[in-house]
This record gives sequence, structure tokens and C-alpha cells, in this order.
Amino acid sequence: MRTATRTSEVATTDAGRRRRRRGRFLLLRLLQGVLTLLVVSILIFVATQLLPGDVARVILGDAATPERLAALRVQLGLDLPVHQQYLNWLGGVLRGDPGQSLVTGRPVLDMVGVRLVNSLTLAGVAMLVMLPLALLAGVSAARRRGKLLDRLFLGTSMIANATPEFVIGSVLVVLLGTTVWPILPPVALLPTGQSPLMHLPSIALPVLTLVIAGGAYLARLVRVSFIDVMSSEYIQMAKLKGLSERRIVYRHALPNALGAVIPAASLVAAITIGGIVVVEYLFAYPGIGSLLLESIRSRDLPVIQAVVLIIAASYFILNFLADTLAGGRDRRA
Amino acid sequence: MDIPSGSPTAGRASRAPGMARRFLRSGQVRLGVGLVLATTAFALLGPLLTPFDPLRSVSMAYAPPDAAHPLGTDNLGRDVLSRLMAGGIHLAWMAPAAAILGVGSGAAIGMIAAFRGGIVDAVLMRTMDVLLAFPGILFALLFVSIVGPQPWLLILITAIALMPGCARVIRGATLPFTASEFVLWGRAVGLAPRRILVGEILPNVTSPLMVEFGIRLMLAVGLLASLSFIGYGIQAPTPDWGLMVSENRSGLSIQPLAVVAPIIFIVLYTVGGNLIAEGAARVIGRTEGKVR
Repeated sequence: MRTATRTSEVATTDAGRRRRRRGRFLLLRLLQGVLTLLVVSILIFVATQLLPGDVARVILGDAATPERLAALRVQLGLDLPVHQQYLNWLGGVLRGDPGQSLVTGRPVLDMVGVRLVNSLTLAGVAMLVMLPLALLAGVSAARRRGKLLDRLFLGTSMIANATPEFVIGSVLVVLLGTTVWPILPPVALLPTGQSPLMHLPSIALPVLTLVIAGGAYLARLVRVSFIDVMSSEYIQMAKLKGLSERRIVYRHALPNALGAVIPAASLVAAITIGGIVVVEYLFAYPGIGSLLLESIRSRDLPVIQAVVLIIAASYFILNFLADTLAGGRDRRA
Repeated sequence: MDIPSGSPTAGRASRAPGMARRFLRSGQVRLGVGLVLATTAFALLGPLLTPFDPLRSVSMAYAPPDAAHPLGTDNLGRDVLSRLMAGGIHLAWMAPAAAILGVGSGAAIGMIAAFRGGIVDAVLMRTMDVLLAFPGILFALLFVSIVGPQPWLLILITAIALMPGCARVIRGATLPFTASEFVLWGRAVGLAPRRILVGEILPNVTSPLMVEFGIRLMLAVGLLASLSFIGYGIQAPTPDWGLMVSENRSGLSIQPLAVVAPIIFIVLYTVGGNLIAEGAARVIGRTEGKVR
């Protein structure tokens, strides 16, 4: 009796210490994350400042007089020292006002808003389709480890994993959009102002591209972690106890395998965000990726800055989540 | 080698070649190396053997295959086979160059960070974190629009995009050795840090380096081809596999070969890189599937 209470006391203080250590670790990571994003914002600002072309001249055209150019520069704050411009911009971003587009004159927030919702919808639908599929594929392959189905899975997922997004997308267009069995639209044009969810067939190919690109990787991770869990001691114990295979898989193995998969899913979400520029260009989809390409072409600095910051921040945060979720221990160690 | 005798490293010299032999005995690695070499040979020799001038129109646009043009013609009536043969050379030298540069610098940073520890480690790895916040393609888009699509810039940017991930992995692989007997011994007898890193630690991380090189080669091909595809890499009218896919997209329903042919070669190249990585990972006993 006494020993039992003693051990439980030890356990609680141990758990408390572990929780405190974990708390400190998370706080430190959070601080690091904020600092990293700050450095990222400086880099983005400097890089966009280096883009060739005089903004005032871009707006006013070649016929503008020097006086008008100078006046516009003052109006846009381009005459201020660079660090002042950066602080103004950062202040605006933090207040939720990243400025106005140099090309359309509209607030950047308005221009980015719709496109961002479209991109998030695309990525969100892709993740929603991908997660159950990857889980199903990974677990089915793991349960038939070494058999024909498993080898088939390993081969195809390896190829899909190695193939760049634009190639996967182009193959899908050939297969389902234009040539072999044309049942889906090869471009994802949306009527302005309408949600992509109202036009599911239009977004089917871009979604499928992202699902294959990220899902192949995720399914392989599911397979490995499921195999790991199934060969662990306590599953062996459950088998010896005579529990049914179903019960072992669904009640014991799957929840544990999921623990390892969740950080990976966050990583895959980051990969999806990175792939969105190419996929949106390929399917002419009106999201932030294609907005970025348009604004780079027209030298629309405030829009470029906002979009790059959004993509980099979400990419970083998802990666960061993956790192932090991975058991709370520093994966970099 | 003037390492004092009696060092705990004696007899370890034969280890690296043994590892290489073990890698090459793996069927996966062999297939991967074969694919990469075959695509590279095709891309390097192709430009010398093109049946037609890859820049000149020889027929109407999107002509279907016939005896003279076995792969048909492209959006401007140029011979697809000639453009395919001439269009891999950029990828064939730029991707390995970027992978070598990226893996080399990443490995150096990872090893130094693990070996020195403390503030050096913190500064180096937090810098890598900042670089990791950019998807490679974003980074490339910005800098290519600043400087223009120069080959050296494309290589440099791709290398920088590959570096941080590699630095993390190699740092992790190096850490267990920083407190090992032979490193402690090297420090004790006052070997220069460079000597310890190159002579003692490097031979022990050759296996993860091999895996890293395979992955990073695959990613380099993907990134460079994607950049060409969206118009920020090799510029038209130069023949290039990534560019060919985007040039001939509008003719897909009439002449799919103009898109499919370069796609096949890009996939052979990236799959080759991935096979090297996976095979090597399996040889050193890392779990399958964790490659990316």
C-alpha cells in the first residue's frame, strides 16, 4: 500500500517536471517561431525592394514629368529611408492593412482576400480527401506487408512521391482532361465572386493533383508507423491475450499509429501550400499562387509582399507545428 | 596520413569503400543510378544527334507523328524528337550541380553545428530555420524576377533551397559521434577541428549523405523543371523539358506526345534520384517510406 502511494507520488512529480519542461520547450519554440517570422518579413521586404523597375514610373508611365514622379514617390512613402519604409509596412501588416495595390489602386487586403479563400478551399478540400485515403491505403498496405498489393503500393507511391506537381497535374490532364478519357475540365476557371465549392467538377483535377502529390508521401508514413505499432510489445501482448484482429487493429493499433501521422499530416499541408503556386498556374485557378505570378509580372510590390508573407508564414507555421507535435521533443536534435 | 598510431580510428579506413559496395549491391540503388545515368547520357549526347534543328519550324504546328517526325511537331511546328533530345541538357548538369552544392554546404553546416555546439550551433540552425520558412519555389520566383533567369542563379537558389533540410539531417547524424571516443581522442591530442570533421566524422556520415544526395537530386530536378514550366527557368525558344510541357499544353488534345515525351524523361530522372535515396536508406536500416 505504502509503496504504491510512494510510486504514484514520484510519478506525479515526475509528470509535473515533464510538463513544466514541455511547457518551457513550447514557449521557447514559440518565441523562436515569432523571431523567425520577423526575420522572414525583413527578407521579403528587402527582396521585393530589390525588384528592378521604378514603382512610380510603373504607375505613371514613361511620359511622366520628374516633378510628378517625385510627388508620387513622396505620396507612396518611397522617399523615406528603407528601414522607415519597412517599419511602416510591418505596422500596416500587423494592423491588418498591408497597403494598396500599385496597379489597381484597390486595398491589397481586398485583392488577396478572395484569392486566399479560393486557395484555402482548394488546399482544404485536398487535405480532406487526402487524409482518409492515405490512411486507408497505408493501413491496407501495412496489413498485407510484403504481398503483391503492398509492393504495388510501394512502387506507385514511390513514383508519385518523386514526381513534381506540375508533371502529376499534366498527366492527369492528359488522362482525364483532354486525351484519354476527357470527363473533367482541364482548366479550373471560376466565375468571379463564386465559391469553388459551387463548382466541384472544375476543381476536381487540381484537388486530385494535390491529393496524389501529398497523399503518396503521407500513405507511406501511415504504412511505416502502422507496421511499427503492430510489431510493438503491447500489440503482441494483445494478440497473446486472444483479442480479435479487428479489435486490435481498430481499438489499439490505429489510434497509436495516428499519433505518429498527425505531425506528418501537418508537414504534408506545408508541402501542399508550397505546391499551390505551380498547381494554380497549371489549371489557371484564381488563388494566391496565380495572384503572386500576376503581381510579379506587373511589379505590384505591396501585393507580392503580402502574398509571399502569407505563403511563407503558413508554410512556416505548418512546418513548425509538425516539429512541435512530434512528441514535444526537439526533432532537430 | 600522419595520424599517430594507436588511434582508435585504426582499421576504420576500409569502411567507406565497403559501404559504397553495399549500396551498389542493393537492386534499388542500382536501378536508380542506372536511370539517372541513362537520362543524363541521353540529355548530354542528345544535342549532338538531333535529326532536325530544334529551333526551326519544319512542318505545321501540332502535326501528328509520321516517318520523318516520329514524335510529331510542337506548337510552332518544330520537331518534338529533336527538342526532346536537346532539351535535357540544362537539367542534366544544373540539377546535379545544385544537389552537390546544396548537400555539400548543408552537410558542412550540419557537421559544424553539431561539432561546435553552443552558440555556433544555435546561430547556424536558426538561420536554417529562416530558410526553411520559404517553399523553394517562392524563393526562386522572387530572386529570378530580381536578377533574371541566369543558370548560375537557378543553381544557387536551388542549392539554397536544398541546404537547410540537409543541414538538419546531417546535424542529427553527426551528434552521436561528437562525444564518441575517436572525436574525444582527436580533441585531446589537439587535432585541428577541420581534421576531426573531415577525417573522423565525415566517414561516419557517408551513409546519410548518400540518402540526402538522392533526395536532393530528386527535389532539384523537380524544382528546376517546375521553374521552367512556370516561365522562370530556362527561357523560350531554348528547348527544355519543363518548358516543353507548358508550351505544348494547348495542343494536348491534338498532339499529346509533345507533352508526354518530356514528362516521361523528367519522371525517369526524379524516380532515379528517389530510388537511390530509398535504396540507400534501406541499406543503412532506416525505415522505408520516410524518404522526402
